[in-house]
Amino acid sequence: MALATFLQHFLNALQWGSFYALIALGYTMVYGVLLLINFAHGDIFMVGAYIGFFIAAFLLGLGTGIPVWIILAVTILGSMALTAGVGVTIERIAYRPMRERGANRLYVVITALMIGLFLEYLNLSTLGAADRGFPELIPTKIYSVGGVSFTNIKLIVIGLSVVVMVGLELFLRRTKWGMAMRAISYDRTAVPLMGVPVNGIITVTFIIGSSLAALAGIMYGSAYHVISFDMGIIIGWKAFIAAVVGGIGEVRGAMVGGFLLGFIEIFVVALGSIPGFEWLSSTYRDLVSFTILLVILTIKPTGLFGVARRQKV
Amino acid sequence: MKTMKKLFQPLILALLFVVFVGGSWLHIFNDYWQLVLLFMGINIILTVSLNLINGYMGEFSCGHAGFMAVGAYVSSVLTVWLFADDKIFGPAVLPASWSILLFPVILIIGAIAASLVGLLIAVPSFKTRGDYLAIITLAVNYIVKSAIENMEVIGGPRGFVGMKRVMNGMAGVFNAPWLLIWTFIGMLVTIFIIRNFVSSTLGKGVEAIREDEIAAELMSVNTKRVKMIAFMLSCGLAGLAGGLFAHGPGGYINPGTFTILKSTEVMVMVYLGGMGSTSGSIISAIGFTLLLEVLRPLGVFKWVLIPLLLVVMMIFRPSGIMGGKELGDIFPKLRKIFGSEEESYALASN
Repeated sequence: MALATFLQHFLNALQWGSFYALIALGYTMVYGVLLLINFAHGDIFMVGAYIGFFIAAFLLGLGTGIPVWIILAVTILGSMALTAGVGVTIERIAYRPMRERGANRLYVVITALMIGLFLEYLNLSTLGAADRGFPELIPTKIYSVGGVSFTNIKLIVIGLSVVVMVGLELFLRRTKWGMAMRAISYDRTAVPLMGVPVNGIITVTFIIGSSLAALAGIMYGSAYHVISFDMGIIIGWKAFIAAVVGGIGEVRGAMVGGFLLGFIEIFVVALGSIPGFEWLSSTYRDLVSFTILLVILTIKPTGLFGVARRQKV
Repeated sequence: MKTMKKLFQPLILALLFVVFVGGSWLHIFNDYWQLVLLFMGINIILTVSLNLINGYMGEFSCGHAGFMAVGAYVSSVLTVWLFADDKIFGPAVLPASWSILLFPVILIIGAIAASLVGLLIAVPSFKTRGDYLAIITLAVNYIVKSAIENMEVIGGPRGFVGMKRVMNGMAGVFNAPWLLIWTFIGMLVTIFIIRNFVSSTLGKGVEAIREDEIAAELMSVNTKRVKMIAFMLSCGLAGLAGGLFAHGPGGYINPGTFTILKSTEVMVMVYLGGMGSTSGSIISAIGFTLLLEVLRPLGVFKWVLIPLLLVVMMIFRPSGIMGGKELGDIFPKLRKIFGSEEESYALASN
């Protein structure tokens, strides 16, 4: 593989991994605080993309007077706020009552699955099955350096995911809210007794996770120009797997897992174009990537960054 | 009186068998209702078998459809190879009349294949628990589906056909609703195996692992052996359900059927019935299948309404319909009929 081709795939993998990582962050945060696999998270990503789509389409439809950067800012912020609202509402209506009734957490997981299905099919039945073209909010520029071509969107996506990760890590390590989150995931019974408002912390977790998913959704729309009702379920499940392989409950783990999965998927397809590897068609992508992840989990059962301890459930 | 009680259970089962199979044979149930009955039976097998892992063992397996796919493909490739003229596998190897006898054997071979694939999750489960194990099952589901898609011999992503000719061949030799008969028997066998397994020493080990694995190990439960048997049993029964499903009226399977969505459906039925309740699993499998059919006219809105209904149900009854109890715990009289002999004697002596 020539160096230029390799770098090209490398950039693609970074972008693809960024989406997994951004969604995996949402899974991992909720898991860290609630020990709940929030299977609705992938569909919240979809909801975020659609809300962004409608805001952008509405603003673009108003006329040409508005500068593009305002439209972009309003779309991103509006979508993040509304999606956060959706996430918090789901938590209030579905998860909290079950938690307060002391339901086994697996029942809550099933409820999350149901919420995901509900969001997905509500979209399908009201907006139709057709894919939607996402408006080009960021005018695409194509750069070419030494035979490697990349768009500005690719750089923005990669940069954004790194910024978000660093920001989140700082939030968790340096702020009082972040400390409370880590404390809850450390000890669920003692921390509320110390006067930490658990329900408030959970709400904040859902706000952060859902708004990050909305951000990822808009970026996804900008990068691939197409959004569909089932985009959440395809990416969501895989992002969850990425989060676990990285070590669920750990921000770094979600990032590493997301990028790892992105790399494996892109490079399995890329290898198929090299002489000697023609048999490795793109249909082998899932087979190879999940076999690798399975091997990783067999060797390191609690993920790359997870702390090994014998669980007592 | 005692012999009456002993005979009561087989009598009821025989009556059900006669009503369902006989009714289908004489076309009292039309094709549509026969299909619903078939799906009901298959769903019961899937739910009761998954309940062993997700309910009794307390693990979170979300790849049941993968094992179903293995059973479906292995058994249908075998039947098509043996009993039907096929472009890829050549002319039929054996006469069609043999298929009546060999069909259950092939179903069992499919189940064994599925249980061997089940080792893929049984072995990691020695070291891994909870959500990490859930991911392994999820990954196995993806791997199985992707592997089938890449096998051109069995149709790849286009799917596999030809089972209809096998079923027609069977019906040509002796006209009976063979598939329904075997589904009914498969369902009974599944319930029988799981119920007896759970109340056996090994089964008690399964529940001990759910409560506390370390303590179970200290109390001399061979956790590895128990886990291995439980996973292989559950996966094998899923393979049996897959084999029955593959020979359904469509006579067609494709990897797209055995996705995470199918696994989700089975999981929903398990948790709807209540973890660790076999009768709950049966009730919820029947109820869920009927609910899907009742809401069929709604089209795509069905999948908006069903999750909502289930979420509301979960909020008001957060441990499923039966909440981990068996029907016999709520209506003790039923135990006289359906309970194991030991239980009914114990009840009689009270």
